[in-house]
Amino acid sequence: MALLEVDDLSVTFARRGQRTVRAVDGVSFSVDAGDVVGLVGESGCGKSVTSLAIMGLLPKQPGLRVGGKAMFDGTDLLQLDDRSRRDIRGRDIAMIFQDPLSSLNPVVPIGLQVTEVLTRHRGMKGDAAAKEAAELLDRVGIPDPKRRLKEYPHQLSGGMRQRALIAMAVACQPRLLIADEPTTALDVTIQAQILELLKDLVRGSGTALVMITHDLGVVAGMCDTVNVLYGGRVVETARRRPLFREPRHPYTVGLLASVPRLDAGRGERLNPIPGSVRDLLPWPEGCAFAPRCTRRVDACVGEPPDLVLTHDGRSYRCINPAPLPGIVPTTAAASPTAAASSIAAAESADTADGDGPAPVIGAEALDAGTPAGGPVPAPREEEKS
Amino acid sequence: MTIISGKKREKIDRLAELAAREEERGVSLWQDAFRRLRRNPAAIVGAVILAIFVLVAVVGPFFVPYGPTDTIGIREGVVRVGQGLIPGHSAEHWLGYDHQGRDVFSRMVVGARQTLLVGVVATMIGLAIGALIGGVAGAAAGLGGRWGRWIDTTLMRFIDMLLALPSLLLAVSIAALLGPSLTTVMIAVGMVSVPVFARLLRGSMIVQSNSDYVLAATSLGVRKSKIALAHVLPNSLAPVIVQATLTLATAIIEAAALSFLGLGNPDSATPEWGVMLADAQQWIGIRPALAIYPAVAIIITALGFTLLGEAMREALDPKLRK
Amino acid sequence: MFRFIVRRLLQLIPTLFGLSILLFIWLRRLPGGPETAILGERGTPEMRAAIRRNLGLDEPILIQYGRFVRRMIRLDLGTSISTKREVTTEFLQRFPGTVELTITAMVIAIGIGIPLGYLAARRRGQFLDHASVGGSLIGICIPVFFLAYILKAIFSENLGWFPSSGRQDPTLGATRITNFFVLDGLMTREWDAAADALWHLVLPGMALASIPLAIIVRITRASVLEVLNEDFVRTAEAKGLTENVVRRRHVLRNAMLPVATSIGLLTGGLLSGAVLTETVFAFSGIGAFLADSISQRDYPVLMGFIMIIAVVYVLVNLIVDLSYSLIDPRVRVR
Repeated sequence: MALLEVDDLSVTFARRGQRTVRAVDGVSFSVDAGDVVGLVGESGCGKSVTSLAIMGLLPKQPGLRVGGKAMFDGTDLLQLDDRSRRDIRGRDIAMIFQDPLSSLNPVVPIGLQVTEVLTRHRGMKGDAAAKEAAELLDRVGIPDPKRRLKEYPHQLSGGMRQRALIAMAVACQPRLLIADEPTTALDVTIQAQILELLKDLVRGSGTALVMITHDLGVVAGMCDTVNVLYGGRVVETARRRPLFREPRHPYTVGLLASVPRLDAGRGERLNPIPGSVRDLLPWPEGCAFAPRCTRRVDACVGEPPDLVLTHDGRSYRCINPAPLPGIVPTTAAASPTAAASSIAAAESADTADGDGPAPVIGAEALDAGTPAGGPVPAPREEEKS
Repeated sequence: MTIISGKKREKIDRLAELAAREEERGVSLWQDAFRRLRRNPAAIVGAVILAIFVLVAVVGPFFVPYGPTDTIGIREGVVRVGQGLIPGHSAEHWLGYDHQGRDVFSRMVVGARQTLLVGVVATMIGLAIGALIGGVAGAAAGLGGRWGRWIDTTLMRFIDMLLALPSLLLAVSIAALLGPSLTTVMIAVGMVSVPVFARLLRGSMIVQSNSDYVLAATSLGVRKSKIALAHVLPNSLAPVIVQATLTLATAIIEAAALSFLGLGNPDSATPEWGVMLADAQQWIGIRPALAIYPAVAIIITALGFTLLGEAMREALDPKLRK
Repeated sequence: MFRFIVRRLLQLIPTLFGLSILLFIWLRRLPGGPETAILGERGTPEMRAAIRRNLGLDEPILIQYGRFVRRMIRLDLGTSISTKREVTTEFLQRFPGTVELTITAMVIAIGIGIPLGYLAARRRGQFLDHASVGGSLIGICIPVFFLAYILKAIFSENLGWFPSSGRQDPTLGATRITNFFVLDGLMTREWDAAADALWHLVLPGMALASIPLAIIVRITRASVLEVLNEDFVRTAEAKGLTENVVRRRHVLRNAMLPVATSIGLLTGGLLSGAVLTETVFAFSGIGAFLADSISQRDYPVLMGFIMIIAVVYVLVNLIVDLSYSLIDPRVRVR
């Protein structure tokens, strides 16, 4: 049985005098124990809201509706009362956020921010908690942990801050760890280190990891299963290799094609997806991706496409999917090597000089396209909700 | 070499574009703020209060039933202060008489004009002097250099000294210097708000001076004095304008306080709400309403300015836009 | 830390010098002089000249100023022209009253303002929120002396709950040590005297508290609303901490930063702004005495009191800055 089974999750914000926003519109996916599952998509596709809804962390406001189910180990997280939710959060399910500086309390020492989790869920106090906190910091690779416990977030570097946050998240050996863009705010060199750390932490412990990212490089490097989200729905689900080798949904194809590759020729252009994530069709009126889709047919508009399940356990939501390899259109030059090469770029970080013509890695490419001409790339949006 | 210069040119282009966009935003900032102001109920309430207040102040005095200095109650013998007789409201005298037998309603209406005058003039004095000092200091700090810093420091030390002075004492001593009169009250209240305006404009200008579009303009070779005048100053005015609206409220209240301390217009012939309120304290035992009318008028007017000012601050706050 | 304090205190010296020059020139420019205040309009020119000579006011202003500075360095502020007593004595007798009043007002303002602002933010858009925002708006807009009169009329003259004037019932014959009446009562164990002094503080304290209370409610509310949206609060929630811990350790501690700054500024302002309240309640602090001193042209009192108030103002702000660096580790005092 799956550890986490999200079924038809929907989140809508209704504001007085404004159109109701469906941020998440029937997302379903599952996470097996010990698995690493990716939620991939552009900014605004609903991936962060999905994770916050599962955690029960969406800011309480009138007009917020959360529907569907999120079964965790047999209990529906969405039906729990506040107290039981607080018991599960931090102990069974932990979360890591995007911006480590703003995610840490600036006026509380790191030590207390770690030990408060231990006190809350493991009943540890005083020296025992401090000792355990130091060990945790040590485990996530923070040197001189005893001294760091007394320091404040502003005294730590960006990578150290994210490590501290990870230490807090893994303090109770949770069964599920949700990482929401954990590397986006970090330097390229640090990104790779943090990903390595996360991999090590989940590999040994049996902790399942939900990796929320827009960076296909991260997906290629970490995930076992990938869910591609668009317009608040999962449009394609597959194991990592099949997804990279033979993407079926045109959106996935487009994502992969817009990743720059080191082995591309100098004159070769990138292929960003035209339009922006905001040009979407409401799902009930057809495929949300249709306005930007290169494989659009008349039937795409009118009613939403059904989920197609294939014999090898994959699924996609498209009535005119990309054909299997061999007849892949010339633009979609996606292969495992593409992603692998962007990881390579991430790891060999000395080229990451802001001014120079450094090879663009996945993150930037996906978010902003490149200014190399061609169709208008998707605008960069800060995703912070 | 060619690559570097090319890159440089590209960078300048990008910054110039940024600067241009920033200017565009300057216009839309105000439009946008106005749009949001119209949607804010607090702003509308404030604006309505002020519209009524200004209307009464401007045209009211032409339509009052009695002269504000006409001691009609004494002439008719209905007001006898010595016997504690100050009649209240009636059909002819809506708000009754005051202790000198004058029609309170007429005095309230005429007093609105004086009160508005005190508030506006005092705020203008504070704004003009404060903005001059703060603007020079801010521009000097923005221009930088040894002289710029020196001018900035000196001016701000002066402002700090003003701040360390108890504000009411400052007003009291100005009043002592000039003798009690309405002009004194205006100048005194205006002087008290000088440091606030000065610090606000300087702070806002320094923030603007450090922003990207100033860097862009500098890199394009625009003269620094021109940047300060044409870009930094206009973009720094928003908080000052908000503060001016709020100061109108406090000016009216502070003017009342000065009148209370006996520094206002000693000749109560020209009615002003603050003076009326101060005068009424003596008769509060006989007819408390005499104090309540001007007090409520002052509170409502101050509320109007405050509501509008706060709504403007919210509308102009970039942090709250979204 | 130590160097920071020393530097700030050293910075005080030029400010005080500037202030004293400013005051000196300014006061001498006031029309009339102590001789007019003493003699009224009747005095002959000879009598006026004699008084001026006696007070040393006939000398060139530079020499007068030099004498003032020399004395001030020895911490001697001279003698009051109108009461013939040492300025320092007058100050030590009256200032404690104002300090007591200010502290009372700030205790009321902080004690009510912070919880109310916090609750308003948590119940955003509900009745309590609207009520406290509206109430604070009105609090800012009510003239303090009018509020003082209303409080006096209702709670003292009509209901008779509180005394209407003074600092303490003189018939108690309380012992004076520091002139802080409440403190004196506690030190001498004259409990009734302490309680009576405290009782006298309630109404004027409430009147004086109105504006700082309104401002603290607003700042606390805005600050809490901002902090509630911060990422680190979400992190704290994600850790499953109890609501109590999230509120105290993560929300309030951060939300207090801007409140602390404003408390400093407000306290400094209140110390000097108590004139109106002191007048209405015939409360013998420095306020009424200062206002009298202006009309009496009591130069030594004015110079001395304003200089001391300036020092106190700077000290209060120094204390606030120091405590700020205690609650916000990012602010380093250098």
